[in-house]
Amino acid sequence: MNYLTGKPGWLLLFVLGLAFPFLAKNDYHLTVMSTAYIFALATVGLNLITGYTGQFNLAHAGFMAVGAYTVGILTVDYQVSFWIAFALSGVVAALLGFFIGLVSLRLKGHYFSIFTLCVGYIMFLVIEKWESLTHGTVGIIGIPAPTAIGPISFDSPRSLYYLVFFFLVLGVWVMHRIVNSLLGRTFVAIRNSDDLAESMGIPLMRNKLLAFMLSVFYAGMAGGLYAGFVRFLGPGLAGVEHTFDMTMYMLVGGLGTLLGPLLGALSVPWLTQYLQFLQEYRFIVFGPILVLLVIFVPHGIVGTYMGWRARRAANAVATTAAGQPAAAAKEQTHA
Amino acid sequence: MDLFLQQILNGLTLGGIYSLVALGLTLVYGILHVPNFAHGAFYMAGAFVSFHLMKVWGLNYWVAMVGSALCVAMIATLAERLVFHPLRKASGLHPMIAAIGILLFLEAGAQAIWGADFHRMQTPYTGIINLAGVTAPVQRLLIIGAAFTMMVVLHLFLTKTVTGSTIIAMAQNRDGASLVGIDANRVAMLTFAISGALAAIAATLYAPINLVYPAMGHLVITKAFVIIILGGMGSVPGAIVGGLIIGFAESFGAFYISTDYKDIIAFALLVFILSIRPQGLFSKGAH
Repeated sequence: MNYLTGKPGWLLLFVLGLAFPFLAKNDYHLTVMSTAYIFALATVGLNLITGYTGQFNLAHAGFMAVGAYTVGILTVDYQVSFWIAFALSGVVAALLGFFIGLVSLRLKGHYFSIFTLCVGYIMFLVIEKWESLTHGTVGIIGIPAPTAIGPISFDSPRSLYYLVFFFLVLGVWVMHRIVNSLLGRTFVAIRNSDDLAESMGIPLMRNKLLAFMLSVFYAGMAGGLYAGFVRFLGPGLAGVEHTFDMTMYMLVGGLGTLLGPLLGALSVPWLTQYLQFLQEYRFIVFGPILVLLVIFVPHGIVGTYMGWRARRAANAVATTAAGQPAAAAKEQTHA
Repeated sequence: MDLFLQQILNGLTLGGIYSLVALGLTLVYGILHVPNFAHGAFYMAGAFVSFHLMKVWGLNYWVAMVGSALCVAMIATLAERLVFHPLRKASGLHPMIAAIGILLFLEAGAQAIWGADFHRMQTPYTGIINLAGVTAPVQRLLIIGAAFTMMVVLHLFLTKTVTGSTIIAMAQNRDGASLVGIDANRVAMLTFAISGALAAIAATLYAPINLVYPAMGHLVITKAFVIIILGGMGSVPGAIVGGLIIGFAESFGAFYISTDYKDIIAFALLVFILSIRPQGLFSKGAH
């Protein structure tokens, strides 16, 4: 039984998340954590297309901005209620993802990444230049906070924290269902070898497109939450730096694991908080850390931990095999 | 007609710069098969080093250019040794992310040393020449002349010298090149050095008619990626032709369509071309 990556570990995280507002010293910490949750949700989505399906999408922050601007424009300029706009944020991102995916997913490997990098730039530039729709560089100011549902209102940092936490838990749970289903295995098959997957009868394009749309749906939802939480939007949200940030979270935690991106997205922002005195120079420290991680811990924290577990289990099997050949044969069928 | 010629001049200027940057990128891709996201940071570093050499040390423009080319070539070689060499057997994603790490480091470094402000680089060539009704700033003519001279020199180096041929051989077939006794490490370092030097030269040429700031490499590098996809990754002639296509598309687009959207044109062109031909304009095989 794998305690840290199995059910007890998840339960512990959930309880910690529930208890956090009572442990936090001030509202500022709550805000930092809530923002981290929003980016964690987007990172969990990015992990589906990059970690599980093997296509490195560099336009992810662009899709997040699309979701955020959906909420911003609808609520501020068209007085639509927050929840309707929020429900649309993921849908709009996924719809856009359908068309972009249709074109971009025909490309493989680096070509896909570079293509999406360009798509991300187009999104950023369109948001910045299309002033009549997006308010240009001024940004959208005064986005209303999420309206109350029945007796629950979202005007305090603590209630907002729980709102964001709820969607993160929901998002991770749905992602857990996806990656452990046949669909998730299909995605992994495509990542491991798309030729092999295709020869086994997996329709490549349809599955890649589905993974892409699901992934950007998460980005859109995260963007919608961001709009309702921060209540101010600028074109900078679409910048490729945010995609780089999310990639870093994913890599620190462990690519292609469920827990990894979550851990990365929650721990790195806190590290940044403690490196605050470095301010904009923090990348002088972070850049080399990223390089060292890629070289020495290529599978991230969770990936390395799971690899270590697997090796230990294999060794245990091997030692029993030396002593009791019959029992070992039985063990190995399980392993 | 004059305005048309003016746009051609602008297109050649932009195209020359883009081609130089894309050449470095495509050479590195040919050898390592890594899209080097840090290349834009090399470009930025080149501009800052020249700026520093001219402003603080009071060096001549050309001396500063050579100094910055050497300096950036060294940074690029170091990056190859310390980062890309240990990762040469890793999967595609990892070197790409490591390159992002270098990018973040260099940008933050430049910001720490020179600040986030915009700087203006002085050039000794501020005159304007009138050629048959077309006003041409000398710096622009200089860019065109220098960029195309560099391309010819690079072409001669790659095809006429043994050292240059080793780079081509390595790009064509890594194992084959090793079999005939080509030192892979040496070629990789050399390629990075050349790519860094090209980026620094391009930056020093272009900076006087633009501005110097830590994020100056972003747009240029993204366009260089567009160019090498258009021209076929690893292809030297492709990088030059692609650079000119993007340069002309931008200068004419800015004039006839809209200056606001001129930066989008390159990307829109790429999206359009790849929608029709996913294998790029000039390459034969599918990606």
